[in-house]
Amino acid sequence: MADIKITADSFKKITSDQSENQEKISAPSLTFFQDAVRRLRKDKVAVVSFFVLIIIMIVAFAAPVLSPHDPNAQNPDYANLPPRIANTNIPGFRGRIKNSAGIVTNPYETNNVPKNRTYVLGTDYLGRDLFSRILYGTRLSLIIAFIATLVDLIIGLPYGIISGWKGGTVDLILQRIIEIISSVPNLIVAILLLLVLKPGLTSIILAIAFSSWVTMARLIRAQTLQLKEQEYILASITIGESPMRIARKHLIPNLSSTIIIQTMFSIPSAIFFEAFLSFIGIGIPAPNASLGTLLSDGQKAFRFLPYQMWYPALVLCILMIAFNLFADGLRDAFDPKSE
Amino acid sequence: MTKYIIKRIFYMILTLFIVASVTFFMMKMMPGTPFTNQDKLSAAQLKIMNQQYGLNKPIWQQYLIYMVNLLHGDFGTSFQFNNQPVSSLIMTRLQPSMLIGAQAMIIGSILGILLGAIAAINKNTWIDSLATFVSILGISVPSFVLGVLLQFYLAFKWHLFPIALWNGWQSSILPSIALAVSPLAQIARFMRTEMVDVLNSDYIELSKAKGNTRWQTVVKHTLRNSLIPVITIIGPLTANILTGSLVVENIFSIPGIGEQFVKSIMTNDYPTIMGLTIFYSVMFMVMLLITDILYSIIDPRIRLTNKEGN
Repeated sequence: MADIKITADSFKKITSDQSENQEKISAPSLTFFQDAVRRLRKDKVAVVSFFVLIIIMIVAFAAPVLSPHDPNAQNPDYANLPPRIANTNIPGFRGRIKNSAGIVTNPYETNNVPKNRTYVLGTDYLGRDLFSRILYGTRLSLIIAFIATLVDLIIGLPYGIISGWKGGTVDLILQRIIEIISSVPNLIVAILLLLVLKPGLTSIILAIAFSSWVTMARLIRAQTLQLKEQEYILASITIGESPMRIARKHLIPNLSSTIIIQTMFSIPSAIFFEAFLSFIGIGIPAPNASLGTLLSDGQKAFRFLPYQMWYPALVLCILMIAFNLFADGLRDAFDPKSE
Repeated sequence: MTKYIIKRIFYMILTLFIVASVTFFMMKMMPGTPFTNQDKLSAAQLKIMNQQYGLNKPIWQQYLIYMVNLLHGDFGTSFQFNNQPVSSLIMTRLQPSMLIGAQAMIIGSILGILLGAIAAINKNTWIDSLATFVSILGISVPSFVLGVLLQFYLAFKWHLFPIALWNGWQSSILPSIALAVSPLAQIARFMRTEMVDVLNSDYIELSKAKGNTRWQTVVKHTLRNSLIPVITIIGPLTANILTGSLVVENIFSIPGIGEQFVKSIMTNDYPTIMGLTIFYSVMFMVMLLITDILYSIIDPRIRLTNKEGN
């Protein structure tokens, strides 16, 4: 027993910062959003679709600068011209078209179109430049979709929060209203609204927003019901915070991922709604172009002049695919449990 | 459960009453009259027409008459289509729409379940990516674009199917495919998520541990259990098909109710628009109810009576 000698030398002095070093978290602390963005950046598909969307948006919103012709200027002499880029010889852009009998013709020559005139994607039945119309059409479709989604959010968010937060009779009444609206397929609701309102941009936006806010309100309500049970909400009620402040400070930040994901899914569905309504002929009134009206016009001549439908359809599909893929990526990033 | 169903049906009738009332007043607010298309009518003739259809009465009286008639299953008389009663107009046009809708639903469900299952079993391989891509494509390409493409290539260019009109069963194939794609894609996506969940569960481990082959495990345990939640999306998908048929029937000139609806919109034919709106909502609500009932029968863990607040 006496062999063991503990002297002062047996001990090593540890500086206080050494133990702190061991506890230190070396990675920077990330907020929820930073974390989500980090996950999103790893998702190659989402990143690619994000850039596709950005490019489409820039091109569409620069339509007044980029479009070579006035999208609404009619020119009956140059009607139904196939795509041609002047002074080049790229297959598909030579201004030739095969008719139903299989004979290749060049309407540019028969119509005496000046040699240097370029119609990259051809012209429609009124001689309007299709490329310019697609640019303007995409822009209009995007504007409609964005504003409709915003309106959808403005109605759906407070509605869902109030319904979930108040509970009881208020919730019951608000939920019955939602049930009634959603018992009619929402495209039918949009059509009926469009019939009553004056045709025009505002009516379309309202019709689309009104038929799609229900989903948003439902999701927000379900989330609010969950959040309401959390301790921090109880704490803020206890210290006497007003419901408005709780909604602003606690509910909306915690709802943000639901809001972002749902908004991203609402945009392509709004684009689809607009295209659908214009396609059956009650959407954007002439002469304005949206992707839907272009498709509708193109469909009429599709058998003989397929390019008039092909290009708007292609743009619409790329736009929808990019939005859906990006929304998927966002959902996975903001809600890691979903994968 | 019977109590629950009766309660649901009661709510359905209440909802229908409100839907019918709202559509009625909306139609009254609609600009234009159903007779604007015939602009050669004199004032006296217009008066007679208005009288004949009861449009000269005050709106509340028209409303009462409409509601009472509705209770008798009378949707009124079409303003445009040879004065036919709306109900018989719907009945004569129901068959093509039903056929296309049912076919689309069957094709969509079977292929969607298959595609989703294949994707889930081969999770994170190229097969999964391909299936995901196909379903994204199906969700993103609108049925009317697809319909026109099918019509152009399969019917117009390659003469495989009739281009349009309604001459026998062959005419229903292309529209059914066009309508089936969106439910197919949605079912596939849903199925994949569900099946991935099920594949991670303990009883699948047990099944493997018992020495069941992969195939047995998939068919006996995975597929059946992942199918249950898929039933819940049948309701919303019906709405998809109902509205999708509006354009698809137009593209293929099919004498169905979707085409009728669009025609009625173009001609301000209120009684037909109202009748079809009510018809669509009945169809939709009945589908939702059936879905809920089916769900509780197939999955005994769900008790319908507990879901009332839902």
